[in-house]
Amino acid sequence: MKNRRFLTRLVVLLSITVALGYTFYTTFADQKDIVSVGEVAPNFVLKDMEGNEVELHDLRGKGVFLNFWATVCPPCVYEMPYMENNFQKYKDQGIEVIAVNFDEQPIRIERFVERLNLTFPILLDPGLQVSQLYGVRELPATFLIDEDGIVIERRVGALSEQMVEDYVQRIVPSQ
Amino acid sequence: MEKAKCECGHVNPYGTVICESCGKPFFEEEKALLNMRYEGVARRSQTYNKTMIDKVWNFFSSVKVGIWLIVVTLLASSIGTIFPQEMYIPPTANPTFFYEAEYGAIGKIYYLLGFHDLYNSWWYMLLIAALGVSLIICSLDRVVPLHRALKTQRVTRHESFLQRQRVHGVSNVDDSDETIEQAQQILKEKKYNLFEENGNIVAEKGRFSRWGPYVNHIGLIIFLIGCMLRFFPGMYVDENIWVREGETVVISGTDGEFFLRNDQFIVDFYDDTDERFQDALVRAGSPIVRKYQTSATLFQRIDDGVVGREPELVEVARHDIRVNDPFKFEGYALYQYAFKQNEISEMSFELEENETGERFGRIDVSTYDPETIYDLGNGYKVEVIEYFPDFYFDDDRTPASQSRIPNNPAFIFKIFTPEIEEGEISFVGIQTNQDINGENTHRLRFVDIEMNHVTNLVVRKDYTLGILMVGGVIFMVGLVQGMYWTHRRIWLQKVNDEIWVSAHTNKNWYGLKKDIEAVVSKTELTMPIDSVEEEEKKS
Repeated sequence: MKNRRFLTRLVVLLSITVALGYTFYTTFADQKDIVSVGEVAPNFVLKDMEGNEVELHDLRGKGVFLNFWATVCPPCVYEMPYMENNFQKYKDQGIEVIAVNFDEQPIRIERFVERLNLTFPILLDPGLQVSQLYGVRELPATFLIDEDGIVIERRVGALSEQMVEDYVQRIVPSQ
Repeated sequence: MEKAKCECGHVNPYGTVICESCGKPFFEEEKALLNMRYEGVARRSQTYNKTMIDKVWNFFSSVKVGIWLIVVTLLASSIGTIFPQEMYIPPTANPTFFYEAEYGAIGKIYYLLGFHDLYNSWWYMLLIAALGVSLIICSLDRVVPLHRALKTQRVTRHESFLQRQRVHGVSNVDDSDETIEQAQQILKEKKYNLFEENGNIVAEKGRFSRWGPYVNHIGLIIFLIGCMLRFFPGMYVDENIWVREGETVVISGTDGEFFLRNDQFIVDFYDDTDERFQDALVRAGSPIVRKYQTSATLFQRIDDGVVGREPELVEVARHDIRVNDPFKFEGYALYQYAFKQNEISEMSFELEENETGERFGRIDVSTYDPETIYDLGNGYKVEVIEYFPDFYFDDDRTPASQSRIPNNPAFIFKIFTPEIEEGEISFVGIQTNQDINGENTHRLRFVDIEMNHVTNLVVRKDYTLGILMVGGVIFMVGLVQGMYWTHRRIWLQKVNDEIWVSAHTNKNWYGLKKDIEAVVSKTELTMPIDSVEEEEKKS
């Protein structure tokens, strides 16, 4: 009798805990619409300014510095030269810098890229599909993807030159 | 932890106050009225308290705790209305700074404690969860023993049970059997259920009203489960999309499976020449919208392509989305929510020589995707040096764009003519056309503008609605059950040569006494005394 009471209570409390635990987990820990650290970076294909397709999956084996930006976002503009410098410095060590633009008019991006002499690929994201896939709502947003395609860092907000370099060093492939 | 054996022979669980069977009170120190709450059963919560599980259980089983949870939730909800919730602050404002800037230190605390997004703050959700747990455990802990007690109750009750009822009286009658028989008839007419034992009777009515609160709680729990399911994947979607006329966009919340094209957006006004509307329109003083409509085409992606690649689409359906007439498909619904009219989509200019006014051709510049160079032939061409879709002067007083939306498009053009090979630069925007160097011989004269409408749709999917509805209905059933019916019991018991009449109800004592009066008026029985009423009269 006493055992039954204990068991009933245990079962009721456990089922409540599991249900609530799952709810809290989905709400706070595992935000479905945001790519978080430790996950495999979702694959995508986007076109660069010249119309060439770039697929994230093809970059396995390289460290990918994935940046979401817009010309109308001043902090994004500040960190572009830092990204360019580090791209030049580390591209031979297997680093890719990819800047996904937040669906702006191509001519604006073109003029901007010309002015700053950027050499890494700038990808167009018409309809913001990839930005949505990565849960990017605020710019700039940066994802560090290692050689195995795993997101090892996610940062929303501006980066200093030192931070960009530290980030890049973290994803330099081992071979 | 001993079970309590009553003198009537019934074995009661530990903690019982009144014998489940005969009603004999176990604690006789006072001769006051019996506390009939939950029929005097042992609330399990208050009996066993050994393991951790029991302790947690007992905490939530307390009605006092439950009430406090409600009070705290109510307080939190009211505080949450003092400053606007996050979704109502200006869309460009950053909540991190907005609350402090607007409301000072209190605003900052408000933000830090999560009041700005109350319904999604962890502690508010925890409160609601605790309330749900309290609801389940409180109900379980009371309904089970109460049900048993009402099922086990005997007709013949212990004398002190009868004496200590609120309504109790003693009558001397000539023929007790006859009187009880008569009383039975009358009570039967009043739709009482009669149970007899050794010539004693209990007339009972409306016992199901006692389950009302528990039915109500089941409804509430189902409702809360429905709310909880909203957080489960695939159960609930609430998104928002902007679609320009002619544009096809992915529908948020559908995992990139569905796309929508806005074929046309219309705002229709009531005809101001129609006599029927004259009075109302005069009263309103401005045109009244008759309908907002988005004619839309739905596409489904058929390739299992990677996100970002040009999708392969097939048309699935078409619908005219109006207010209260959503576009429904596969569990989703698209509602007309807002719109933006007259977004500039194209600006047209003609190249003109300042002196002669002679024109050398026209260019149509899209604000969504302007070309780099517009060649007019014969050595005349226009290059777009800079484009500002949402022009403003930034902090350094240099031209810049506030956003990617063409709210205020402006261009810096370079004009080439056969004579001027190095080009002339001019700045052209809405109602502005500046000669940057002040030596230009040619200009781009603004000639035409194209507007586009943008519709704003809400994307909804809600599989919890049915559950919420069921919960709500059960809630109401329980409420009605507990509110509009009462559980009445009248005991007629032969004690020596007298007939004892006692009665109990969970509410509406007036109604109960009227039932007894009906019996008393037609039999030899005398009206029992309502001791509470007596007490009130004395004071």
